[in-house]
Amino acid sequence: MTRENLWLLVVFVALALVPFAAELTGQTSWTRLVGQALIYGMAAASLNFILGYGGMVSFGHAAFFGIGGYVVGILYHHFDAGTSFLGVIPGTDQMLITLPAAILVAGLAAALVGALSLRTGGVQFIMITLAFAQMFFFLFISLKTYGGEDGIMVRRTNSLPGLNMKDKATLYWVVLVFAAAYYLFLRRLVQSSFGQIIAGIRQNERRMAAMGISTYRYKLVAFILSGMGAGLAGALMVNFLRFTSPDMMHWTRSGELMVMVILGGVGTLAGPFIGAGALFTLETTLARYTEHWMLPVGILLLVVVLTSRGGLMALIRKLTGGRA
Amino acid sequence: MILLFEQLLNGLQYGVTLFLLAAGLTLIFGIMGVINLAHGALYMVGAFAASWVAIQTGNFWAGLLAGLVMAGLMGLLVEMGVIRRLYDRDHLDQVLATFALILIFNQSTVLIFGRQPLFTTLPEIFAGSVEIVPGLPYPTYRLFVIGVGLAVAVGLYLLINKTRIGMLVRAGATNRQMVRALGVNIRGLYTAVFALGALLAGLAGVMASPIVSVQVGMGDEIILATFVVVVIGGVGSVKGAFVAGILLGLFDTMLRAFLPATLQQVMPGPEAQALGVGLSSMGIYLMMALVLLVRPRGLFAARG
Repeated sequence: MTRENLWLLVVFVALALVPFAAELTGQTSWTRLVGQALIYGMAAASLNFILGYGGMVSFGHAAFFGIGGYVVGILYHHFDAGTSFLGVIPGTDQMLITLPAAILVAGLAAALVGALSLRTGGVQFIMITLAFAQMFFFLFISLKTYGGEDGIMVRRTNSLPGLNMKDKATLYWVVLVFAAAYYLFLRRLVQSSFGQIIAGIRQNERRMAAMGISTYRYKLVAFILSGMGAGLAGALMVNFLRFTSPDMMHWTRSGELMVMVILGGVGTLAGPFIGAGALFTLETTLARYTEHWMLPVGILLLVVVLTSRGGLMALIRKLTGGRA
Repeated sequence: MILLFEQLLNGLQYGVTLFLLAAGLTLIFGIMGVINLAHGALYMVGAFAASWVAIQTGNFWAGLLAGLVMAGLMGLLVEMGVIRRLYDRDHLDQVLATFALILIFNQSTVLIFGRQPLFTTLPEIFAGSVEIVPGLPYPTYRLFVIGVGLAVAVGLYLLINKTRIGMLVRAGATNRQMVRALGVNIRGLYTAVFALGALLAGLAGVMASPIVSVQVGMGDEIILATFVVVVIGGVGSVKGAFVAGILLGLFDTMLRAFLPATLQQVMPGPEAQALGVGLSSMGIYLMMALVLLVRPRGLFAARG
């Protein structure tokens, strides 16, 4: 077993023990906090794949996160009411159906947005992805059937055969397994020849094109894969919080995901998870003391962007002598 | 017919507000290559300073002056403290640093003024309305806003096309490196352009303060629309910012005014209302996507 895999195993076991630690110390909110941080980590990691590895600065990633969440919410809504979506698709509360559905729909949305946005580049790309995210945001606000601005309450978490999903710890472990699987998937993806081409396009798109690679197609596939990951994260989040609303795809949420990526370390596998954990912990801790927690977060973020390159991952590398 | 005319004027007024914001933003974009998300915060600063001084002194003009001075000063401070370090960074760092600035500005404003919106009253000469066409009294103040916006447009046109500074600005928007290579004091030019942009954003905030509710977050809403204007108009082009600003101002206002009612003819009331409002909010973004698909660099791109 390599050193890296050993580290991963240690972290995984430590995270798996969180519900027990929470039980022992009486800090029951820990499970909920760490679970949310893991899901945000997945969303940030999916963004990092196109942003850090592919060099595509998407400012609308929360849209796919929200769409994934809404798929779960809408399917539950119809399941609860005994109706069907557009009169054709019946609702369901089976996680084995809702999660793939969320991934699929988010992927379709990413295909649409990516196909159009990737025709531009630079500033225009940032702005057009933001524009599409805003369109989705306002679309869901205007859907009165699905709660409009208030969103959908999902009263019961989706069920998974053989598991008691009402149990907070069980739900947390399901999230943890998904997060771990997604991490391994991304690691495989980055190391694959596909991932190498994506990294090559970031470094020099013209050269990759000169080598005979159709860069547009590769970028589009990467964009879709990334959107699907965000959709999965959104679907898990709605299961975890039992609630979905347009707020999930507000543009500041896209900004937050970018902050997590930068804070943790752009173009690193563990960075987005670390960044998500750090930001989320910071926000919830500060929010306990002051309602003005955004001020210190803003100042800290500004300092990080201006003074450091590589985020927390660079710091960890420095501390461990370049081994982690 | 009269309703249509009134909405046209409202659209024009919103359009010049967008232009005031977009003109500064597009210059900062075009010349320094910086994406400044915090431009909306300067709009908010202008509005808050103007309202607060106007409420304290009871004098609109003192408020106007205060708003401009504060926005300009904040602009200088932001440029020297933060933006100056971002010129050579990539877009990602710029987006994040200015995103952080938004958080800082918003929370500081909450700390100073609280979450309650500020309300100002109009000076007496603007309190009434003018009957432009028979049967349509239109508020004098909104006409004043339109007038100021158009005057600024003319002023900027003269500044950019007829003066030496304007020449440098045009050159900078076309090819930044070349201007630097020719020995122009680029740092001074950058600071001046940023301060000018901040001043215009502040002016937009001051002008809007008696019409909209002055509250924290007001900048976040309008900054996205402003970016749409900048991108549609073409990065770096003040002419583009003007055309796109007026166009989008009219388009957005028309959609909001007439779409819900139109939908109500084919759908039940409350749903049509919600859908109409939602679709109208999507309108400008849809337009931007369409324009970029046809012209990826916007309508009047400065850089070839």
